[in-house]
Amino acid sequence: MKKDKKFLVAGFALTIFLAGFASFYASSSPDGLEKVAEEIGFSETAKENANAKSALADYGVKGVDNARLSTGAAGVIGVLATAGISTGLFLVLRRRSGAEK
Amino acid sequence: MHIPDGFIDIPTSVAFAGLAAAGVAISLKGARASLDEKTAPLAGLTATFIFAVQMLNFPVAAGTSGHLLGGALAAILVGPWVAMLALTVVLIMQGLLFADGGLSAIGLNVFNMSVIGVWVGYGAFLLVKKFLPKNKSSITFAAFIAGIISVPAAAAGFVLQYGIGGTATFSVSAVLAAMVSTHILIGIGEGIISALAVGAVMASRSDLVYGYRGEKVTLEMRKSL
Repeated sequence: MKKDKKFLVAGFALTIFLAGFASFYASSSPDGLEKVAEEIGFSETAKENANAKSALADYGVKGVDNARLSTGAAGVIGVLATAGISTGLFLVLRRRSGAEK
Repeated sequence: MHIPDGFIDIPTSVAFAGLAAAGVAISLKGARASLDEKTAPLAGLTATFIFAVQMLNFPVAAGTSGHLLGGALAAILVGPWVAMLALTVVLIMQGLLFADGGLSAIGLNVFNMSVIGVWVGYGAFLLVKKFLPKNKSSITFAAFIAGIISVPAAAAGFVLQYGIGGTATFSVSAVLAAMVSTHILIGIGEGIISALAVGAVMASRSDLVYGYRGEKVTLEMRKSL
């Protein structure tokens, strides 16, 4: 159990590092689908996302001008939200110890 | 690979949302068997890791980037049912919080990356593992191949959706050729990241790897017979 906790803490720290710091260095070139859409010519059929003006749209925090800070904070918020919701879901779904197998 | 609103018409998006929802409903049942006190937090960590690594676009050929999809990786680490749920949570978070992937396209994206990505990845993993010696490095190598194959497979899912309900009228075969060739390159990145991640967990805590645990259990059972 203690070993598991250590693994979880180390893994979580890694995700915070990746989303909060390393994400700033990610490539901003169009992704595979965007590139194909441009090359073939259907990229204009995309509509603006309904959330495009939201506070965290495109992995940046609205109002934070420093790009490193903005991307990093968005990443950390995303990590916390994903960790909270997914772990919550999986804990709800789990077999309770002592319950029928 | 996240499809925005507008590429695929609404009826097709709704139909795939139905398929995706059915897949998620089945995985909610299937996931129970592999979730307990110990594995539930690990499954949450896997989802979180995939969210984080999906932010890390890496460059591939000529002004194109790609990022991990994570279906194969998640299936190997926590099993295919839990993996589908993990990917679905990630995709919903990305659409709702970060405007990454259209809201009307969530079903399309869940179908491609969660249903196809996970099951093609997991299928490839099992198949490759079958032909390799039963040891730890085989698991890592199988993760590499599974990662590579899962990406063009998910890209083909988009082409299917485009063929049924694309709002543009360019030929499906041209879209297929472009999507698959581009995503084979991205798939190599997927394979490398999947192998690195699986390899790291195998080296430190191989008992936590779903795709290896099954192996060990059967071996131990055989021994005890």
